[in-house]
Amino acid sequence: MNEVSLRQQPTVSSVLAVPGMHCAGCISRIERGLAGRPGIVSSRVNLSARQVTIEHDRSLDARDLVAELERIGFEAEPRKGALAASPSQVRPLLAPLAVAAFAAMNVMLLSVSVWSGAEGSTRALFHWVSALIGVPAIAYAGMPFFRSAWRALRKRRTNMDVPISIGVVVATALSLYEVATGGHDAWFDGALMLLTFLLAGRALDAMMRDRARSGVDALLGHAAQGATVVGPDGTLAWKAADALAPGMVIRVAAGERLAADGEILAGHSRFDQSLLTGESAPVPGSAGDEVLAGTLNLDAPVDVRVAATGADTKLAEIARLMEAAAQDRSKYVRLADRAARLYAPAVHTLAALTFAGWMLAGAGWHQSLVVAISVLIITCPCALGLAVPVAQVVASGALMRAGIMVKDGTAFERLARADRALLDKTGTLTLGRPVPDPQVLDGLPPDAAKVALALASHSRHPLSRALAAALAARGHAATRLEDVAERPGEGVFARWNGREVALRRPEGAKGTAVRLTIGDDARWQIPFADRLRPDCHAALAQLRDLGIDLSIVSGDHARAVAEVARATGLLAQADARPEDKQDLIARLQAAGRHVLMVGDGLNDGPALAKADASIAPGSASEVGLQAADLVFVQDSLLALPRAVRAARSTMRVVRQNFALAIGYNVLAVPLAIAGYVNPMIAALAMSLSSLIVVGNSLRLTRAAR
Amino acid sequence: MSVLGLLLPVALLLGLGGLAAFFWALRNGQFDDPDGDAARILIDDEDDE
Repeated sequence: MNEVSLRQQPTVSSVLAVPGMHCAGCISRIERGLAGRPGIVSSRVNLSARQVTIEHDRSLDARDLVAELERIGFEAEPRKGALAASPSQVRPLLAPLAVAAFAAMNVMLLSVSVWSGAEGSTRALFHWVSALIGVPAIAYAGMPFFRSAWRALRKRRTNMDVPISIGVVVATALSLYEVATGGHDAWFDGALMLLTFLLAGRALDAMMRDRARSGVDALLGHAAQGATVVGPDGTLAWKAADALAPGMVIRVAAGERLAADGEILAGHSRFDQSLLTGESAPVPGSAGDEVLAGTLNLDAPVDVRVAATGADTKLAEIARLMEAAAQDRSKYVRLADRAARLYAPAVHTLAALTFAGWMLAGAGWHQSLVVAISVLIITCPCALGLAVPVAQVVASGALMRAGIMVKDGTAFERLARADRALLDKTGTLTLGRPVPDPQVLDGLPPDAAKVALALASHSRHPLSRALAAALAARGHAATRLEDVAERPGEGVFARWNGREVALRRPEGAKGTAVRLTIGDDARWQIPFADRLRPDCHAALAQLRDLGIDLSIVSGDHARAVAEVARATGLLAQADARPEDKQDLIARLQAAGRHVLMVGDGLNDGPALAKADASIAPGSASEVGLQAADLVFVQDSLLALPRAVRAARSTMRVVRQNFALAIGYNVLAVPLAIAGYVNPMIAALAMSLSSLIVVGNSLRLTRAAR
Repeated sequence: MSVLGLLLPVALLLGLGGLAAFFWALRNGQFDDPDGDAARILIDDEDDE
């Protein structure tokens, strides 16, 4: 059966996420590096989505492709759900925006001729041409608003789109009537310009969400997505995480993450559970011990009998806590929506009253309708609609350049109010990965450093990779080795200039360390420790200056937490389970504080979802990345005060924008009600107020300084 | 004034042509990877041939 499908479909395409690419050089390195490799037909990089689509032979599977990319020098992860390029929210708005802008320009040109004094049949002709362009364009470009307004009306509610739709529809209908009866004015241009500005605001809003999401999508997928299953006859096969079932035996290599809960059958190793519990010290495990999905196998390969997979793992418990917390948060009402709730009914009443007033005063229904439409158009929440998204787009663009991704627009509103911050320890205040002691590295002779780098580069063990990265960052280059062999659980061994060299596990050493030996006499012990993030002290001081009270809440043991608490001068709570963290946040919120949670692990997930605002480092677990509002990708902790400052200045600008938009209404509405403004002037004034709001928001370009 | 009878349809047709070109571009994935397209112009691929 497989044979047939093989022949019918010789190649398949796979999508891989490659978070590390960022420039033209990366594109050409990947595309040329893959070209001509056996089994690979073609490849195409999508830099915006940080993805590579590879057309390849059926015989290659996702792991082969990951290995190919690793050979070129890029870390890659297969995308879940094959061709899952996340659907963009901007694209459905692009076409209406283009149509509205294009039609508005054309109709405006025709209107200019009418204003400059076209008379009689010429004016009628120009009006008819305007109608010809305007009516279909309005019908098409207005659809997003009409649909949303209709949805709201059917549920007997009102939103910003209701006054917009009514204004546009009534203005168009009245213009058509004017054109048909050979009247003096038509307002297709006003209606089209309104749609253009509003669509631009929506498109910007969607663009921000798209960008942040693609950034975070690229970081996701770093979790274990499968395991090597050992069959009863000893055969090995790679299976995806969702294909694992209880009772299977999986082999977990050193440096691999477990994809399921289970019990160790054979082998002895240490496990890094920091992602799950926040505990920094590796936990030893041997036959009979229970191990959990998401933990990292540090030392040696082990065979594990799967006990629980997917939704049955300990993760599921945490996921349930998170869901409940996320529901609480979704009750938060955006500032713009709160404004709309008050604004829309007020505008409707005002326009209706104007119409009634003019009718009572004895003006004809035609004149009354024209004045009422002026009120609707002039009060149209154009500037209000732009006030929030433009500020957020500009600020999130600035933050993105500073390496901070904003996943949710409302995050600015919530983050700006934060006055209490809870910080996780492992992976948040600290880097969350072992880093070799810099003083020992400085003391290594250049030759020894080269040998160490060469040895470390032959192993995928976390300590080796950390050592290789640290040495390479110091400008060392690897030397040539012979007879390299990695012995699991012992180290890497080789020959260099005829001498035995090794990077091995030290016997009976305290803490985490590796021993470098060259020949028989030269040996260095390189201790590893999880270190505080760079700029930690400066960042915490700045947060305090911003009026935010800080403390540590960690799932780690009291001793490890006390050390970091002393180093940072913060109060700390240790041994906190995920529920405890959530409870602590609930208590603080009940006391009227606005809590910012900074954390990375699975154990922080519920707390991240519960807090008013949350930030996670880019190295965080998948759960952490999904639960957090903001994600910062660099090592430095200065991202925290930067994000808070940017959020506060964004909200300052948003409030200014509201003041500008409402102030303009206060000035213009009485004039409109009095009948001094015709719909054409209303549309111009409205555009001007929108431009002022956009200009004010552009000041946020430097918000992330 | 009779020239308007010619110019108006011409202007409208040109405009519609532009709009059609934009829709074509949208459907053909020209806006799928704006960052990548900006970067690709810098790739020096003379040695490919």
